Amino acid sequence: MFDFVVIGAGVVGGMVARELTKYTDSVCIVERGSDVALGATRANSAIVHAGYDAKSGSLKAKLNVRGSVMMESVCRELGVKYKRNGSLVVGFNDEDRANLTELVERGKTNGVEGVALIEREDILKLEPNIGAGVTVALHAPTGAIVCPYELCMSAVGSAMDNGADLKLNFRVDKIEKIDDGYRVYAGENFVDAKFVINCAGVYSDEIAALVGDDSFSVRARRGEYVLLDRECGSHVSHTIFRCPSKMGKGVLVTPTVDGNLLVGPSAEDIDDKEDLSTTAAGLAKVRALAAEQVAGIDFSKTITSFTGLRATGSTGDFIINMPKERFLNLAGIESPGLSSAPAIAEYAIQILKDAGFDASLRADFVAERRPAHFFSSLSVEEKNALIKERPEYAHVICRCETITEGEILDAIRTNPRPTDVDGVKRRTRASMGRCQGGFCSPYIVELLAKEMGVDYTAVTKFGGKSYINFGKTKGE
Amino acid sequence: MKADLVIIGGGPAGMAAAVAAHEAGVRDIIILERDNALGGILRQCIHNGFGLHRFGEELTGPEYAYRYETMVKELGIPYMLDTMVIEVSENKIVTAMNRERGIFEIEAKAIILAMGCRERPKGALGIAGTRPAGIFTAGTAQKFVNMKGYMPGKQVVILGSGDIGLIMARRMTLEGARVMAVCELMPYSGGLARNIEQCLNDFNIPLRLSHTVVEIHGKERVEGVTIARVDENRRPIKESEEYIPCDTLLLSCGLIPENELTKGAGISLDRVTGGAVVDGERETEIPGVFACGNVLHVHDLVDYVSEESVIAGQAAAKYINGESEKALVARISVDGKVRYTVPQKITETADTEVYFRVANVYRDAKIIVKDGERVILSKKAQKLAPAEMEKVKLTSEMLSSLSGNEISFSIEV
Repeated sequence: MFDFVVIGAGVVGGMVARELTKYTDSVCIVERGSDVALGATRANSAIVHAGYDAKSGSLKAKLNVRGSVMMESVCRELGVKYKRNGSLVVGFNDEDRANLTELVERGKTNGVEGVALIEREDILKLEPNIGAGVTVALHAPTGAIVCPYELCMSAVGSAMDNGADLKLNFRVDKIEKIDDGYRVYAGENFVDAKFVINCAGVYSDEIAALVGDDSFSVRARRGEYVLLDRECGSHVSHTIFRCPSKMGKGVLVTPTVDGNLLVGPSAEDIDDKEDLSTTAAGLAKVRALAAEQVAGIDFSKTITSFTGLRATGSTGDFIINMPKERFLNLAGIESPGLSSAPAIAEYAIQILKDAGFDASLRADFVAERRPAHFFSSLSVEEKNALIKERPEYAHVICRCETITEGEILDAIRTNPRPTDVDGVKRRTRASMGRCQGGFCSPYIVELLAKEMGVDYTAVTKFGGKSYINFGKTKGE
Repeated sequence: MKADLVIIGGGPAGMAAAVAAHEAGVRDIIILERDNALGGILRQCIHNGFGLHRFGEELTGPEYAYRYETMVKELGIPYMLDTMVIEVSENKIVTAMNRERGIFEIEAKAIILAMGCRERPKGALGIAGTRPAGIFTAGTAQKFVNMKGYMPGKQVVILGSGDIGLIMARRMTLEGARVMAVCELMPYSGGLARNIEQCLNDFNIPLRLSHTVVEIHGKERVEGVTIARVDENRRPIKESEEYIPCDTLLLSCGLIPENELTKGAGISLDRVTGGAVVDGERETEIPGVFACGNVLHVHDLVDYVSEESVIAGQAAAKYINGESEKALVARISVDGKVRYTVPQKITETADTEVYFRVANVYRDAKIIVKDGERVILSKKAQKLAPAEMEKVKLTSEMLSSLSGNEISFSIEV
């Protein structure tokens, strides 16, 4: 029997699991997908919000501000790319000005440092490409950017390195109360644990319902994004939001930590919790709105578009409670969920302690983790020393992002291990560049097949039946 | 390390340039190739049709490459395989990496850029819908089939009628797949007429002109696509939507010269070709840095790549020997019907072949070259098409008697 089972390996599940392993190695993460970070964590705005937006006094406000403060050091420990680039929320008219003025006040109440209203003249000094109609902006210097799936993968990896178990393709369909805890089923398989932590994202309402908690529901809110070539990554340096509405913070234009330019999201509530399709209308709207905020975005440099589904809870706030003994909900974690994730994990421990988790810190917990992209940060001398030892670091597989065979092999051999081409892509950035895997995917398939000891045709794009090849050609 | 001539890319362009430079007397040459063999993309082009102009016979891609590889080897021109160039500096220092040497620098007297091109990926096309497995560029599918021996699909729709797409329509059919349709956004094909004939018509594969894919279906693997006819503004017509079941979507929607290194060196690119701006000798704006082949502009035939690379190789030799003296003779402007020319400028009055492409299909047209207002060349053409590269020769007589330094290319219909 485990001390904890964490349902869902998104950024919240990952951060909580890691926090738990500071106290115990008896943690099991179960995930319905074939990899970690496949839900809202995979596709969102990748922003660490400063914390001016959430209603004062809400959990969102409290955990966002705290999470934003914690994020930098958490990223440093986990070797995750993080950049404090600052945010601008731009306004076009008097109504926006009134709303932004209110937001500045709210930011101050929430304890966000440095928020201020600035005029066009000063906006231009920060962002020469700002849209022609922009007259005023809220400036939040503590806003930052991070790679959400990298944060999640590193958190899960760190938890695993510290003793946690990860069960993939484990789709929870029944939870039974047993003596001292719960039995969590996925079909025939089950895991027993003293505590259950529900981090199931868009499915967290369904998981809660399995123990009889139907106090909330979660809807999927579709957000469509457009990602541009790294050539465009310096078109803006801040994250450029527009005035928020009840459907969220609206379309933003931001550089990513990997140097691309990210534009989106649209916002549309949908019923299908797995509908990751993009729509022509949604993408067109995103492009049009973005063009008002920032002038001269070259959409011909688009390298991909994608959809993320935010888990929008029915209460308007994060749903963090213990509806049943030893069953903790971390649900409805929509924006600012990524920003809040480290603080949610910290807060969860506090609730669990209050609920009887007898915790003392482990002496053998290892906090530091080698960055996934350590190779690219080495000096030429360091790289050459490593290449001498392991020549595969000099064999470039992905030309667009200059990712070597050594880095790909490292990723395949590092917790949490990828088992498909997209998993390698998220860990290494191989095939994430401008050719989108055109040249390197056949090689990645080969490396995966070899490392996992499976047939070339058994390698998938993202698990399930997402096969890449059907069989051999006639002559083979 | 130092070298007189560093050639980046060991495909048809790099090899032909190396051979030409060697024949012009350069001995200290090094070819840097990122793949594990010379030959570039020709290695996976196992169909025939290569070499008609160059060798007067029909060869397959590997055979064509092998001829040049043999020349390179017989001449003893050094090359490094599995070697990735990561940077080219303005002062001609090439930084590369491979297993044996790690990261190393070569100080070059002259450089020839011959990195080739890549295919336009799905993301750049902005097709709505899901993102399942089973969407490949035609070249990636070609690599799976011809190099790895695996079949990436059984029932296929191809978007774009570029030559690789047409070739793969036939290839997949021969391997037992069923190609449902080739959709082309434009009202004319993006590939060579002979490929339409030999790869589609001979196999009864329908070519749907003025059609595009508007949505991709399927969660894990492609299950089908919705196609639609487009209006004259290339907007899909809702009423014409049609669902085609398939497990694979191949994309053949254009090739993009791979110029990241070129840009890194600070060389400006032609917005239309996507390659460097060059003179008749294929010299870029950095003296001693040349470009040829598909990295400069996308060619239809490898024969022309070889032809162009000889020019670059010989010019590099001249530069290395200190015989290169240049002054602007003329800049070439285009009227839009002519989309671009290569070269974009002329710095010598010797006979110069100018390659160009047109923007649309023109029948019974005239190619007009003017010096200011004066027509210096007028050539009839029965049919001009965007898919077929054209060329005209500007003679040394024409070039030495120009009134100014502006030459314009236009089409009269």
